[in-house]
Formats: sequence, C-alpha cells, structure tokens
Amino acid sequence: MNERPNQPLALVAVYLSGLLFGLGLTVSAMVNPAKVIGFLDIAGNWDPSLALVMIGGLLITLPAFQLILKRDRPLLESRFFLPARTDIDRRLIGGAILFGIGWGLAGLCPGPALTALVTLNSSLVLFVVAMIGGMIIHRITLS
Amino acid sequence: MENFTPYSALLGGVLIGTAATLMLWVNGRIAGISGILGGVLFPVKTDALWRVLFIIGLLSGAVVHIIVSGSAIRFEPQATPLTSVLAGFLVGFGTRLGSGCTSGHGICGIARVSRRSFTATLVFMLTAIITVFTLRHIPGMTP
Repeated sequence: MNERPNQPLALVAVYLSGLLFGLGLTVSAMVNPAKVIGFLDIAGNWDPSLALVMIGGLLITLPAFQLILKRDRPLLESRFFLPARTDIDRRLIGGAILFGIGWGLAGLCPGPALTALVTLNSSLVLFVVAMIGGMIIHRITLS
Repeated sequence: MENFTPYSALLGGVLIGTAATLMLWVNGRIAGISGILGGVLFPVKTDALWRVLFIIGLLSGAVVHIIVSGSAIRFEPQATPLTSVLAGFLVGFGTRLGSGCTSGHGICGIARVSRRSFTATLVFMLTAIITVFTLRHIPGMTP
C-alpha cells in the first residue's frame, strides 16, 4: 500500500483545502484574537460567534465524514490516515489543558495563528515562533 | 451581544467544514493544523510537501479575503509580547502532547465521533474559558 501524497492532483486538492480553510477563518473573523476572547469571556460582553463557526463546520463534516469513511479508500490515496487510538490518557488531557491555557492567554490557536501571519503583526510572529518552539521541545523531550 | 456576527460565523464554519471534507475525501487525511505543522518540522519520507502546500493555502485564503473584501484583516492582539511567547509555547507543546487542536479535535475528531476528540475539545474549551475568566475578572490577575 504505497502512500502517494505528492501526485499533482492530490497536491492541488490539499492547496484548495488550505485555501478554503484560511478563507473560512478570515470570513468568520476567527483570525482576530479579540473575536476569540469575546467568545471565551463568558462573564464579559459575550460573543457566541465561535460556537456558530463550530456548528457551521460540523454541519458539513458530521454527515460528510460518515459518508466518506464508508468508502474503501479516498479518491487519490491508497488508504485513510486516521488516528488509531481510542483510549483517554493523561497526555491527551494534559495536552488539552496546556493548549487551553495558551489559547485563553492570547486568543490564538494554530490555524488562525498561521493564517493571520499575512498581517505580519509582531506579537503574532512572536506567538508563532514560540508555538513552533513548543512543538520542537515536545518532540525532543516527550516523543 | 452586540459583537455577535452569526452569518459570517456560520459561513466561515461551512467553509472550514468543506475544507476538512475535501481533505478527507480526496487525500484521506485529517485537516488538523497542529498535526500538519508538527509534521513539517519533523517530516518523514515524502510527507512534507503536502503539509507546506496546505499552510501556503491557509495564507492564500487570507490573501483572497483581503482582495475580495478590499480591506485589511482585523487583528487585535490580546496579549503583551511576553504573554504571547508563553501562550505560543503552551499552544505548540500542548497541541502536540494532546494530539490536536481546535481543527483536528474540534472539527474533524467530533465528526469522526471520536471519544478522545470529544474529551479533548471539552477540556481545552473549559480551560480556555477558565483562563480568560481568571485574567479578566479576578482582581490582581491581569498580567
């Protein structure tokens, strides 16, 4: 079963997927940390927009994923590449807690952080460099 | 709730869901940004090119939004430079430790009806809400 991620058509699809994803994040203003904090700050001037972004996303992915995963394989690959684990362990919970603290501190998660790089905002650049540093340190120390 | 933008949020969410669906259907992969970025940092075999293209796609989506809307992307930082670095580190380390972020767990994992992703999404949402509450509503906690 060869992996064929580099066929031209597969790469076009990946690029288009990224483009739609980035467009979705900018259309919904989730690239703006003020908008994200507005959702997370339930005791402040609450802005439920982020919940509607999740609902809009799941409105598509919930039915679509069920249909797609009934197929033997994807259109341009030999198999699906899905996480196999089903157990809930300390790393999953601990990682989610650390991520949640970081997300709450800056109002940024990985997708919006990368997409908003087009603004060249200096505090965002710091965030992204530190995020990549965190990923590298995780790799070196814990995997 | 005067900041609530239901239509653009829902439309953005639908675009993100469509992006994740395209990726799974054509390429058989999960559109999880932290996983895609993590794989660029430590690529195996022929696995880097599609990841880089996806990230270029994210930035292209933002550029398309700027061109079509005719206005710059609003990015209002919510953290000082020092806090941005800490937040970025926690987001990078935490998403790798916890195997995913808002996109991989929140949009794709829930659509796969994954127990791990439901749990992670609940934990990072709650942690982020508690973090924002602590910073904004408990006197003396503002950095």
